Amino acid sequence: MNKNKWIGERTIRPDGADKVTGRASFAADTTMPGMIWGSVLRSPHPHASIVNIDITKAASLPGVKAIVTAKDIVDFPFDTPAPLGIQDMRWMTRNVMAREKALFHGHPVAAVAATSEEIAAEACKLIEVNYEVLPWVIELEEAIKPNAPILHNILEFDGKPSNIAGTLEHKKGDIELGFQEADTIIERSFTTRPVHQGYIEPHACLVSVTADGKATIWSSSQGQFMVRAMTSMLTGIPQSDIRAIPAEIGGGFGGKTIIYLEPIATVLAQKSGHPVKMVMSREDVMRATGPTSGSMSKVKIGAKKDGTIVSVQGTFYLQAGCLPGSPIRGAAGCAFAPYDIPNVHSLGYDVVSNRSKVAAYRAPGAPIGAFAVESVLDEIAEEIGMDPLALRLKNAAREGTKAAHGPVYPRMGYAETLEAAIEHPHNKVALGNLQGRGVASGFWFNAGGESSAQVNVTEDGNVVVTTGHPDVGGSRASIANITAELLGIDYQRVSVLIGDTATIGYSNLTGGSRVLFASGMAVTDSTEKVIKSLRERAAIIWDIDPDAVTWEEGEARPAGANAGMFEPLSLEDIADRATETGGPIGAGAQLNTAGAEGGFATHICDVEVDIELGIVRILRYTSFQDVGRAVHPSYVEGQMQGGVAQGIGWALNEEYIYNKDGIVDNPGFLDYRMPVCSDLPMLDTVMIEIPNPKHPQGVRGVGEVPLVPPLAAIRNAIYNALGIRFYSLPMSPPVVLEALDISQAAE
Amino acid sequence: MAKMHVSTTINGEPEEFLCEPNETMLDVLRDRLNLTGSKEGCGSGDCGACSIMLNDTLVCSCLMLGAEAEGAEIKTIEGMADGLSLHPLQQKFLESAALQCGICTPGMLVAAKALLDENPDPTETEVRFWLAGNLCRCTGYDKIVRAVLDTAEEIRGKA
Ligand code: FES
Ligand code: FES
Repeated sequence: MNKNKWIGERTIRPDGADKVTGRASFAADTTMPGMIWGSVLRSPHPHASIVNIDITKAASLPGVKAIVTAKDIVDFPFDTPAPLGIQDMRWMTRNVMAREKALFHGHPVAAVAATSEEIAAEACKLIEVNYEVLPWVIELEEAIKPNAPILHNILEFDGKPSNIAGTLEHKKGDIELGFQEADTIIERSFTTRPVHQGYIEPHACLVSVTADGKATIWSSSQGQFMVRAMTSMLTGIPQSDIRAIPAEIGGGFGGKTIIYLEPIATVLAQKSGHPVKMVMSREDVMRATGPTSGSMSKVKIGAKKDGTIVSVQGTFYLQAGCLPGSPIRGAAGCAFAPYDIPNVHSLGYDVVSNRSKVAAYRAPGAPIGAFAVESVLDEIAEEIGMDPLALRLKNAAREGTKAAHGPVYPRMGYAETLEAAIEHPHNKVALGNLQGRGVASGFWFNAGGESSAQVNVTEDGNVVVTTGHPDVGGSRASIANITAELLGIDYQRVSVLIGDTATIGYSNLTGGSRVLFASGMAVTDSTEKVIKSLRERAAIIWDIDPDAVTWEEGEARPAGANAGMFEPLSLEDIADRATETGGPIGAGAQLNTAGAEGGFATHICDVEVDIELGIVRILRYTSFQDVGRAVHPSYVEGQMQGGVAQGIGWALNEEYIYNKDGIVDNPGFLDYRMPVCSDLPMLDTVMIEIPNPKHPQGVRGVGEVPLVPPLAAIRNAIYNALGIRFYSLPMSPPVVLEALDISQAAE
Repeated sequence: MAKMHVSTTINGEPEEFLCEPNETMLDVLRDRLNLTGSKEGCGSGDCGACSIMLNDTLVCSCLMLGAEAEGAEIKTIEGMADGLSLHPLQQKFLESAALQCGICTPGMLVAAKALLDENPDPTETEVRFWLAGNLCRCTGYDKIVRAVLDTAEEIRGKA
């Protein structure tokens, strides 16, 4: 295959062969000579002061090499904010290791490194912790009651200690005046449960510290630079002495944008003098990492008879877990963002309780907001007798709309997703008994930020590209497509690597749907510099002006007055003469990118309800998304399908079940029921390409918005099938059966 | 505890190892034999990331003891390709983008091969139920199921 158009091609990913043969090295696959094992002691109480920790017995167990408690981790005092990206190190230090108090069942309290995993676990049991058990609170509605147990006295709301850690508000126009214009006003309350990201690979790391104090960390994360920065802050080792090497990552979905094990393993390695490996069990993952927030929300929408939405109000309470930081920005900011509405008021509350601290999960907060808004819109459509897609199209935000959360939209394709959905054959399939169809839309901000890249031409005229982002779903293939297209060379001639913190410039997280947007820009910038250098070298060889050389179809050609005067020079030809034309050929870029622009999607879902078992089966599912430019269509479709599947799990089954002692009762895949292969149909996708005007290839983030519409689309479909409206998730078989019983009793 | 001595065959080669009586086959493969292609997603038989073949039966190696490998024929993901030439399922997974993060992929491939060895012409439903023990959180299974059906068709075409 020799061609030079690669953007939009379904190429085979550069890291693929390793991943289908079992050779790819994930974090838990890494070992080192002399390596020992770390294990974490976790709190048996959901809320308790730590009075004293006695490690004497544990330390004397043969095989134990080091023990760590909060005393060994750098403290960030409670009253002094210490922001790092979207996190605050005051909370991170307390999340990594309980300090004054254990704040949830499973909270790390101490850790041991020993010559085997079994000895380390045994030693953990010998650590004597003197706890003073405190009253605790798990559920959101309990945590905001006036007499609720308070987690952090320093957090105040309305002048009093409170579990409300913060608020966020967006306002546009005057909602009261707006509601006066409405012919129909519907106000409803909703709840959703916390759900876990559910990555199949548990957190793992291996850390080695040398006698001169230099640390090397192999770990599974969504950002090696985040690992380096946080580990540095929590251990006091300067960033220049930490090398964070990104292992292949077995799923993250936002859950690996923070660290858990790395600083603990680093201190254990420092103290023991051995490389230390730590791997979480699935139970640890479920008890002590992630999830995303549970929520309570209230949404009020006013519309005129013709469907014009005149005023909206939304209040969103989100569970943060035990430390502040729930995604209220995503909930309050994205909820109404698909619509052009004159009067908007949106308010988010960040609420702590005795559960594990939430972590980002695919469009954090946005699915929660959309669940409420898109459900009320369905009821408005029914009340005024309008097709729900037509209602959305009538109110769709378009180029020039000013969103309540701030921006004025550039050219984007939300309306196109609705038009495509209206026309699509799926929307016309006839439905049978107990079957129903639902629709919903969604928005996600997307993100830019810092990315670095290096593009080097090898001596034999091929290309090696290095970027700084862990590849969670095929981004290396997309980077290779872009580079091959810009250079006009075969895709096979481009290798793409992920650099570690010592070999590539700072690059922010793989998250926010930012990777291909930002690293695509850095790679484009670097490749353009390389092309300029190639033209200059051809000019030297031909002894003409560089401006008289063009780069086309993978070769330098004399242009203008010199056109046709010289034989074109290929990349190989110029690489071969690099030494005489100025030395090595390569260029890098370190950018702070802007202009990511939001992503919009509309989903149609058909369900069938088994009224004997209460099971909701997904019959058909089609997602329509403005994807900007699909650089590698298969991996764009993959993002859309993966997000939908997670949404189906969130809507229908997934939830944490806490027992009366404040302990999670279902910390495993058997009882925390994520969708399996036989639960799902094929997930159809329609990619609509409205190029992002602010990106050289037109890229728009695509990874997150697919999780925004499903919750409401499924809920609306169930209404269409049964005539029953649900206001809480999950709509699991027992819940559906109960609702069916109630509705039968009412008849 | 005294270690046990186990003689077995792994991917066609004779192999001997020592293991604890309570040690799982998954730990033996990963920690003693450096065959880290089999993954641990749960350790409780619920994710299928550790899938291997034990005497031509698909099993979760996290639910099997190392000692049970005595005298058995074990096949792992590392034995699926013939040297550097990929099995048709591996090739099709690559072409169809049937993996995103790739952590479920070794187990998925081992399970899918077991299906096609037994049933060369499965329906979509049969594929979905056969793979129901292999969790994938990234793909929504769509491209995986298509890759398995397409490979089956391709193999049948050649037979
Ligand atoms: S690790 Fe064996 S089934 Fe999950
Ligand atoms: S590809 Fe990530 S879990 Fe399947």
